[in-house]
Amino acid sequence: MAEKTFTCIVCPMSCSITVKETPEGLSVTGHTCKRGEAFARDEFTAPKRMFTSTVVVEGGVVRRLPVITSAEIPKEKMAECLKEVYQVRVKAPVKCGDVVVPDLLGLGVNLLASRDVDAV
Amino acid sequence: MRELCVDIAVIGGGPAGLAAALEAKRQGMEKVLVIERDFQLGGILPQCIHDGFGLHRFGERLAGAEYAQRFIDEVAKTDIQVCLNTMVLEINGQKELYACNSQDGILHVKCGAIILAMGCRERTGAQILLFGYRPSGVMTAGSVQRYINIEGYLPGKKAVILGSGDIGLIMARRMTLEGIEVEGVYEVMKEPGGLTRNIVQCLEDYNIPLHLNHTVVRVHGKEALTAVTVAELDAERKPIPETERTIPCDLLVLAVGLIPENELSVKAGVELDPKTRGPVLDEEFMTEVPGIFACGNVSVVFDLVDYVSLSGEIAARGAAKYVREGYADTGHVPVEVKGNVNFAVPQRIRKGSDAKKVQFFLRVKHSQKGARLNCLADGAEVKKRAFNRVVPPEMVSFEAELHAADSVVLEVEEE
Ligand code: SF4
Repeated sequence: MAEKTFTCIVCPMSCSITVKETPEGLSVTGHTCKRGEAFARDEFTAPKRMFTSTVVVEGGVVRRLPVITSAEIPKEKMAECLKEVYQVRVKAPVKCGDVVVPDLLGLGVNLLASRDVDAV
Repeated sequence: MRELCVDIAVIGGGPAGLAAALEAKRQGMEKVLVIERDFQLGGILPQCIHDGFGLHRFGERLAGAEYAQRFIDEVAKTDIQVCLNTMVLEINGQKELYACNSQDGILHVKCGAIILAMGCRERTGAQILLFGYRPSGVMTAGSVQRYINIEGYLPGKKAVILGSGDIGLIMARRMTLEGIEVEGVYEVMKEPGGLTRNIVQCLEDYNIPLHLNHTVVRVHGKEALTAVTVAELDAERKPIPETERTIPCDLLVLAVGLIPENELSVKAGVELDPKTRGPVLDEEFMTEVPGIFACGNVSVVFDLVDYVSLSGEIAARGAAKYVREGYADTGHVPVEVKGNVNFAVPQRIRKGSDAKKVQFFLRVKHSQKGARLNCLADGAEVKKRAFNRVVPPEMVSFEAELHAADSVVLEVEEE
């Protein structure tokens, strides 16, 4: 049965965590805390990452608006998200936390502005 | 010339300066001034669009820009005076500063106290002896970050990264996502310069190879970069000719270290620590010039922005106390570092009989599994902590309550 070892990226301790498939379910060893255990389980079954990029903003003091997802998305959806986000154009003014794309690709997370951009 | 008189002037409107200005206000300072040379506040953070900021302070994984915005919003709610597009030209030991901008011309500011928060800058190609012409296409990781994230411009098609500092790792991922092929990361040292989690989520996630004990021995191209030659290093850190390999590319990204930006501090007579390259500080983050304080990356290069903000608040509390009560020099006890400790901030503690809380920041010399940290004051143990693992890129920060007459020792030894 499958077994994989991951370096936990949740905190700087960087524990090495091993996940094993057993008839009783997943066995996780090597973590120091619960957050690490949850990370390793996700990493084994369905890895997730935050998504960040920029979109075009018109009429603002800067030309790109940085954006971030409201929660992590499946890692394999990154490329698709980027493509989607390239189509987006917003108009200044924008407030940090404004929803730029609701329910991004139907993943159940919103794409949010990660700064204010005032209009010129 | 415009004349100003303030309680506290903060030089630099990045995360350290903003945290310092806000804390100075909370400490009851009436006139607080922030001088920033850029057109916006936030320092380097607006171009740090990736997440992972503020885990300690807010318990959230914010984007860098978002972290800055929280402080910018706070500042906007106060009467802190902000001068943007303004360059400080000179500070002197009498706590006066001269600055200039296109509206006021020269500004002359008399300050109760000054807080230095100018941050750091990246080492460039000129500082690492790159062999070859000086073609376009050789730039620091921070410049690439600015091109892509602020200007929306891709500076190349195929990149090689020299150095494994965190900004380089972050940009390896960012460039890959934006369609720039990243051939690999080459690191002179035998250990990576960046945080392990960045190696994992920026390189391993995208199958970008990391070559330790390697360097770029030559850049090719006269007008524009056409290729670089890399080679492995032997035990004496000399390139091994048989291992040379030429990689066609149009972008060489340098992530080879950060240097605190202390030109102004030195002009004011502030003494620097050769290890941190920042001012020698006491526990209130005051430099050896009374009334001049320092915080953030100008004092020592931090790895987490949370620590940068924290240092700003410490300096601001010190500065506010200085403005209120003045300062009597009772002498200092140097902080002695031992064992695996490379350097620590603060470097000296004011002598005194009252116990006080001191926030220390230190870096180790080399990685070590199973480590014990001890802090001794006048021979008595005031703090100890055990670690599973310590590595140079990850700063250790802790608070100890102590009073010291003779000695303060920090040591990290094997468990
Ligand atoms: S397992 Fe816990 S302690 Fe270890 S790296 Fe992950 S979050 Fe940190």
